[in-house]
Amino acid sequence: MSGISRALGALPTMARVGFADAVAYRAEMLIWILATTMPLVMMPLWLAVTRDGPVQGMTSSDVVAYFLATFIARQLTSCWAAWQINWEVRQGSLSMRLLRPISPIFAYMVEHLTALPIRLVIALPLTMTLLVVLAGETLPDTAALWALTVLSMLGAWVLTFFVQLAIGALSLFMQSSIRIMDVWFAGYMVFSGYLIPLRMFPGWVRGVLDWLPFRYQIGLPVELLTGAHALPEAASLVVRQWAFALLAMAIGIFVWKRGVARFSAYGG
Amino acid sequence: MITVRELAKHYRVHERAPGMRSALRSLFRRTYKTVRAVDGVSFEIAAGERVGFLGPNGAGKTTTLKVLSGLLHPTSGAVTVDGHVPQRRERAFLEKITLVMGQKQQLIWDLPPAETFELNRAIYGVPRARFDETMSELTALLELGELVKKPTRELSLGERMKCELAAALIHRPRVLFLDEPTIGLDVSMQVIFRDFIKRYNERWNATLILTSHYMDDVAALCPRVIVIDKGTLSFDGSLETLVQRIRPEKRVVLRFERSVAAADVAALGMVVSHADLVATLRVPQDAVRDLVSRALATLPVADLTVESPPLEEVMSELFARSRAERDSAAATAEAT
Repeated sequence: MSGISRALGALPTMARVGFADAVAYRAEMLIWILATTMPLVMMPLWLAVTRDGPVQGMTSSDVVAYFLATFIARQLTSCWAAWQINWEVRQGSLSMRLLRPISPIFAYMVEHLTALPIRLVIALPLTMTLLVVLAGETLPDTAALWALTVLSMLGAWVLTFFVQLAIGALSLFMQSSIRIMDVWFAGYMVFSGYLIPLRMFPGWVRGVLDWLPFRYQIGLPVELLTGAHALPEAASLVVRQWAFALLAMAIGIFVWKRGVARFSAYGG
Repeated sequence: MITVRELAKHYRVHERAPGMRSALRSLFRRTYKTVRAVDGVSFEIAAGERVGFLGPNGAGKTTTLKVLSGLLHPTSGAVTVDGHVPQRRERAFLEKITLVMGQKQQLIWDLPPAETFELNRAIYGVPRARFDETMSELTALLELGELVKKPTRELSLGERMKCELAAALIHRPRVLFLDEPTIGLDVSMQVIFRDFIKRYNERWNATLILTSHYMDDVAALCPRVIVIDKGTLSFDGSLETLVQRIRPEKRVVLRFERSVAAADVAALGMVVSHADLVATLRVPQDAVRDLVSRALATLPVADLTVESPPLEEVMSELFARSRAERDSAAATAEAT
């Protein structure tokens, strides 16, 4: 049996065990969800800003739709691979992972993806209801735009996962790469649209942000979910997002492989 | 099964003296030293052999096991395990081996061990029928019972180690690397472990390399020992030969019916200890019969046993000798 068919054969069990692990601690799971509620905190702040009229073309109902969509996108695209890899390197448990006859990258992906369903069960119905009731007219209005929205959610997850894989794998070269992740996360918070809608930035800053990966980690799926783009523009942005995702994938796999080789050369 | 030729594993480690000044200096100029964790070790192990790796802390035992299991790349030398070069970590190789480290775990912390077993079944592609058969064997031999249904975090160390061992054996590996598997376990649990590992070896003709600080583990499991000290191989042979070479003597333990004067015991030979009604004497092997006869003739002996010297003593003497030889060689080199 080839490595790929073995991995696919193991997938259902890996997914089931990953899900069981994700729901093992109910309190921890709820805290994690609460930790990602920053968009719901930002919503009233931006509502105060837009109370007297639209700011940069954004009305109060746009603000509501935007931050509800941001909350949904955050639930669907969050990932903690960088922290996990750092912890495993430090604890030495990476050795046990490397001894299993399955790609560690594939195993990390499955572990992280299987944590999503429970967050969907808890977070999505409430938020989608609010989004439809409060801002239903902003949702994508064609099947093609919905398809692009789903594709951009997936692209955001792939981009986030491989960025975290690359940064996490840097811990195989240095004592810890958590600080690097902190710096990246700071950039993500400010420039991705997570806390500040990107249209609030001056035009030249938005021009720069178009060519940085942060927007494609959360901003683009949110823009598509709130109907900010017509089909041709949406398609072009999703293509650009996947280009970033594939680049992150190439970098992540490269850094991981070099890191594991170094780990094998110097310690373990 | 396992061939190791001139294996060397050297590390370059950063070192600095304690203190702020040294910390600041190391920001700009780092000093490194090369640690020779393993330095030119060669040996061969046949299929089905049980071999104990002995050596003091930092001797290079764990490093050697990590090279053999493919976790570390050797600096130089050649290693093969059942025809595989471990460092390539091919799937076929990983399916044949297992590494149990007493201080590292593969069990998923928040889930019952049964989930890790299932996960390993899927990852190693073990057919369901064979998995069920293996699990029922492991459950019976290791007395797992209800343990597999409790979250790992709620298990005691001994219970956890039993489950770790089961998780490591689900794919029926042909080569077992066991690094301090009984560390922290109580005596009865150690005995269960040893019995189980011996049975596994006999049933599946599995090759076994064990490192342990508990000499009882090694004595019970390993007919052959390889002693590594400071990265070099200092002995490879049977445990009996090792003991003969380092301490070619026996211990005679005498239990008396009533108190005996120290001088009377000393008259028999070298006294190791004498307290209350028990005395232990050290005697060359060829003088055991004579000493026993004299003791029975002259003292109120209620019971006596003839024992080999404790393995711990043999090992500490071996390491002390190695250290002395190294110091002497270093002194000679310095003088010339």
